[in-house]
Amino acid sequence: MKYESQRVAKPYFIAALALFAGQIVFGLIAGFQYLDGTFLFPEIPFDVAHMSHTNLLIVWLLMAFMGAAYYIVPEEAQTELYSPKLALITFWVFLGAAVLTLFGYLFVPYSQLAAMTGDKLLPTMGRGYLEQPLPVKIGIVLVALSLLFNITMTLLKGRKTSLNLILIGALWGLALLFLPAFYFPIDTVKASYSWWWIVHGWVEGDWELILGALLGFILIKMTGVDREIVEKWLYVIIAMTLVTGIIGIGHHYYFIGAPRYWIWLGSIFSALEPIPFILLIAFAFKMLLRRRREHPNKAAMLWAMGTPIVAFLGAGLWGFMITLAPVQNYVHGTNLTAAHGHLAFFGAYAMVSLAIISYAMPLLRGREANSAAAQRWEMSGFWIMVISMIGITLALTGAGIVTAFLQRMGAHPLGFMQVQSKERVFFWLREFCGLCFFGGLVVYLRSFFMSGEYEYSDEAIRALAS
Amino acid sequence: MQQVFTKAMARNIFLGGAAFFLIIYLVLTYDTWQQIPVRDHADKMTPAVVAGRYLVDTNDCVGCHTINGEGAYFAPELDNVYKRRGAAFIKAWIRSQPTGVAGRRQMPHFNFSGQQLNDIVAYLKWLSNVDTNNWPPNIQG
Repeated sequence: MKYESQRVAKPYFIAALALFAGQIVFGLIAGFQYLDGTFLFPEIPFDVAHMSHTNLLIVWLLMAFMGAAYYIVPEEAQTELYSPKLALITFWVFLGAAVLTLFGYLFVPYSQLAAMTGDKLLPTMGRGYLEQPLPVKIGIVLVALSLLFNITMTLLKGRKTSLNLILIGALWGLALLFLPAFYFPIDTVKASYSWWWIVHGWVEGDWELILGALLGFILIKMTGVDREIVEKWLYVIIAMTLVTGIIGIGHHYYFIGAPRYWIWLGSIFSALEPIPFILLIAFAFKMLLRRRREHPNKAAMLWAMGTPIVAFLGAGLWGFMITLAPVQNYVHGTNLTAAHGHLAFFGAYAMVSLAIISYAMPLLRGREANSAAAQRWEMSGFWIMVISMIGITLALTGAGIVTAFLQRMGAHPLGFMQVQSKERVFFWLREFCGLCFFGGLVVYLRSFFMSGEYEYSDEAIRALAS
Repeated sequence: MQQVFTKAMARNIFLGGAAFFLIIYLVLTYDTWQQIPVRDHADKMTPAVVAGRYLVDTNDCVGCHTINGEGAYFAPELDNVYKRRGAAFIKAWIRSQPTGVAGRRQMPHFNFSGQQLNDIVAYLKWLSNVDTNNWPPNIQG
């Protein structure tokens, strides 16, 4: 940590991890309701557990991205943050709004929440990931504007590196792409078509730029590789992201009422969407091999190397499996999509967030790296969470395939609930892996409560001195 | 040998590529916008259909169900539920929730009026006539 104002990142990272834990709890509840539909009903109906799970995901990732921005932008710009005070106020506003929204979901029936918060004035509620009441959506825009103002002013007074331009540009993109949340046309097909501007625009476009920038920053810092090389790679990767991803949005348009040409366009371009993830793996490992130093934070390096691999599996491989129109015809809206969603969100965005937290938190706590013992706990958490998430993905894949065969194919397709009852073994497996994931999270969080910093061996100290 | 592929070239590919495909997307979106009202019979969106859709949104139906494959995967597809079940069944079903059957997935009770149920059915009927390129593949959704 080079600048005092980078400290504002710390509460963002801590809150991100707390909300992450909350997300997993609601995931476990929703997952168990697949097995016992009366569990916690009517106190927490499935839709409430589900929207709490997905909304907490978005909020904790945004928290982590914002923390990362407040940490990275000053260091890249080589100047103090424009206003650390504003960043802190923004933090409390955002956290307060998030907690209040969650309480709203949990304690007020959704239609009543809509009525209480003026949804009639400008209907925005009732879309996946965008369930928040109108005032909360406005609050999200204000929080984003505050962040953008703060980091843009910092950029303007400091050094303008390509990495900082990519990161700040992508955060502007993130905010702009949220604005269609206020556009909810009465025509369902148009509503669906424009909903993807946000969801696809974020996770298969703009956020990949953020992912690249965070990973690039970590690699520059940890490997000591020349930034010119890192930034050139980044531009190539994000060029491929948008070249394939913009028209690739067509894979969401096959069966929602949009014209037939999207079947061809979406299939061709989305089939190319794994390319940037393959490049990301090549990039990360090339930088690792070219490293000019051995950073003591082994755990952060593990997260940084694991991110592109798991992101490729989840976004690239599982995404490709369901993206071609003739396949999607049978698997659209099944748990195969959920399988892809879980591994892609985790591999790409959760893991890169944990990577930057892993790199920055020890520095924010005044040490280059955590003690070897703490890192062992953290790396154990890494493996348990990654393997558990792959388990969840495989279980949901099994369930999705059963639905495709029994409900979508054949001369005598079975009804939805009948098919679901044949998938119980997969739902048990998913819940079991979910509990393992939670265990992994506890192991991971344990590492933060271990004191002491990394101690170099005598040999290393002598080598450093010479 | 000097670097043949520079950072500036990579940046230009990024900016040029993004701008090029964004323009193509905007053109396609304009065309799609012209076609959607024909494909989904927007002229048949009566006030009842609009009211029904608002009820579907503000009761978070896609928190469990899917509509054209979008939503959650806890409960059946609603795109063709009108054709699968018919108006009378849908209304009776919503009215009788929750079933309370042990272990079975539960749908909350929504206290809809008769008029509101008619609106929801009108919306689901409209939805079932949208041209979705023959999706879902069969009546089971």
